[in-house]
Amino acid sequence: MNKLPLIFLGVFITFASSWIGLVAYPFLTLGKMEPLPDEDTGGYFPPAMSGLAVAGQRVYAANGCVYCHSQQVRLAPLSTDIKKGLGPRQTVARDYLRAQPAFLGTMRTGPDLSNIGARQPDVNWHHQHLYEPQTITSWSVMPPFRHLYKMQPIEGQASDNAVKGLKGSYAPPSGYEVVPTDDAKALVAYLISLKRNFPLPESPEPALE
Amino acid sequence: MKSQSLISSFNPANDPNTLDSYERAEIDASTRVPVLLFFGSAIFWLLIGSLLGLVAAWKMTHPALLDGMAWTTFGRIRPAHLNTVIYGWASAAGIGVGIWLMARLCRVALVHSKLLIAAAIFWNLGVLVGVLGILAGDSRSIEWLEIPGYATPILFVAYAFIGIWTIIMFRFRKPGHVYVSQWYLFAAFLWFPWLYATANILLVWSPIQGSAQGAVNWWFAHNILGLWFTPLGLASAYYMIPKVIGRPIHSYYLSILGFWSLALFYSWNGMHHLIGGPFPAWMVSASVVASIMMFIPVITVAINHHMTMRGNFGALKWSPTLRFTVFGAMTYTIVSFQGSSMAIPSWNTFIHFTDHTIGHAHLGLYGFFTMIMFGAIYYIVPRLVGWEWPSATMIRWHFWLSAIGIGIMVGALTLGGILQGFAFYDPAATFRTSLEYATPFRIIRGLSGFLLLGAHVVFAILFTQMLLRIGRPQEGPALFATPTEPEKEVAAV
Repeated sequence: MNKLPLIFLGVFITFASSWIGLVAYPFLTLGKMEPLPDEDTGGYFPPAMSGLAVAGQRVYAANGCVYCHSQQVRLAPLSTDIKKGLGPRQTVARDYLRAQPAFLGTMRTGPDLSNIGARQPDVNWHHQHLYEPQTITSWSVMPPFRHLYKMQPIEGQASDNAVKGLKGSYAPPSGYEVVPTDDAKALVAYLISLKRNFPLPESPEPALE
Repeated sequence: MKSQSLISSFNPANDPNTLDSYERAEIDASTRVPVLLFFGSAIFWLLIGSLLGLVAAWKMTHPALLDGMAWTTFGRIRPAHLNTVIYGWASAAGIGVGIWLMARLCRVALVHSKLLIAAAIFWNLGVLVGVLGILAGDSRSIEWLEIPGYATPILFVAYAFIGIWTIIMFRFRKPGHVYVSQWYLFAAFLWFPWLYATANILLVWSPIQGSAQGAVNWWFAHNILGLWFTPLGLASAYYMIPKVIGRPIHSYYLSILGFWSLALFYSWNGMHHLIGGPFPAWMVSASVVASIMMFIPVITVAINHHMTMRGNFGALKWSPTLRFTVFGAMTYTIVSFQGSSMAIPSWNTFIHFTDHTIGHAHLGLYGFFTMIMFGAIYYIVPRLVGWEWPSATMIRWHFWLSAIGIGIMVGALTLGGILQGFAFYDPAATFRTSLEYATPFRIIRGLSGFLLLGAHVVFAILFTQMLLRIGRPQEGPALFATPTEPEKEVAAV
């Protein structure tokens, strides 16, 4: 192998094959997929995200939630995800059309979040959980995200959006309240928007034995 | 050249064009400034990266550690660790070793060293801005591509200088054989910009839609290991092993087979990270098949290296370079076998989403690649600074702390990951069970991090002494033991 042009050609072609198969092909197919019209309501599957939820993806990315939380429900026999209640059906390409970026995840140091909005729709629960995870789940290893909240003195009446039920060591002393920043509001709006439970023809709900 | 047999032409030491020691010293001297810049900065980032990794590891069992602050939250420290060690340490060390090998194997003194000096400065600036950007919260959380879009152009500028220099070196090389290490270097220097540009354009600068992002993400993340670090590591092993023991590579034909099968199969591996994910079945199947086909290049390289070493394993007793390099080369075989097995869907079921994968990644990047880089740096630096390593004892400490540290780390994560995976699969087990299984192993992993950090501190001290040319009186190279007389004759220590 003394001929550099030949080495170049081989190196180029072998790599181009995977570039076509694993980059160009998914870009042209999965990357151009359209949402499915919902005849009953005139909406779409997956439904459009609110502006706040779209902004929440940015906060999810900035704080690296994806390193512990996947967003993929997989079928048996590869997994027991559906039996364990991670979602009613497998997540498929169409579920991620509006995700930017698509937080598929590769680790489950924490639970899967594909359907966290369906499992836990309570806004205050999420705020409290992000602020002091260990008071909700004592054995949790989730880091507290107190940097997404502000502690402030209560002036006159308590704010409407003050986080309720805080009781950990960083709970506000009397006369103070903890309110979510815009980032925290966006993040919770995003988490609550995570519901991959709408019907899709390409992903029927498997029967549970 | 025509009169030469293939086999004899294949060993750099047997080549009639082999340089005499004077020419060799001249070439080595010409690489001094850029190579030392890359090595020095790489070792700096290795220390920073080890610290970040240690903090991230302990946060997994002690979430209250440095909690409540944006900059130190786990989700930022972890990608900061990854990008520091990938781009700051491993890539820079690989580029440094690559530059030196290129000059030696092209048999010409390095030209345009200003290009490379500029490249080293830009590369480090890119890593610095990128890692600070991650800590500031500007990452898109796309694994292995966390460096924000405003920092990657700096890395590209650095890479462009290196790429241009590579082409110049190949144009002006002395006529003669193109050695196997050069094929790997040539390929790696071509694949990297293609990989990195594709992934950054499609995922960071102008993101594509939907689950296609996942495919591109793992096509990139697996190929940066397979088509950037692996060829750089193998290029070094293919050079250092025959050089130190003074014997040619066992088989030219095995080298060809190993090279081309790596090029063909490795690039298709990425989708095995997404088995069961939202993709057409054929894409995942193609990656599973390609992953299993990886047995071909891996076994080929393993046989070739083993047969070259046969009868010379005694040299591991005295040569630091060889000991690190052979440790890395053997780990390459182990980590690749493990990787192929992890892609088999029925086994992947149990280890997907677990610490097992993290163990595998560290075995590859540290046990294989980093150890080979250590070996190469021990060989190269004395030839650049005209000074011998000041302490064989400290090199021995470095080796054993690294080897034992990575062994414990990978062992703990591998076992803990399997238990964690069983809990994920068992419908009767709660999420808490998976965490309880993983925790003791994560603590062991956290402890092993101290050993690795210790190894790197020792290495950094040695390297600093070399730069300052201080330490013991120089009566010969720093070896673990005295080589036998016949070994001394052939070996280049």
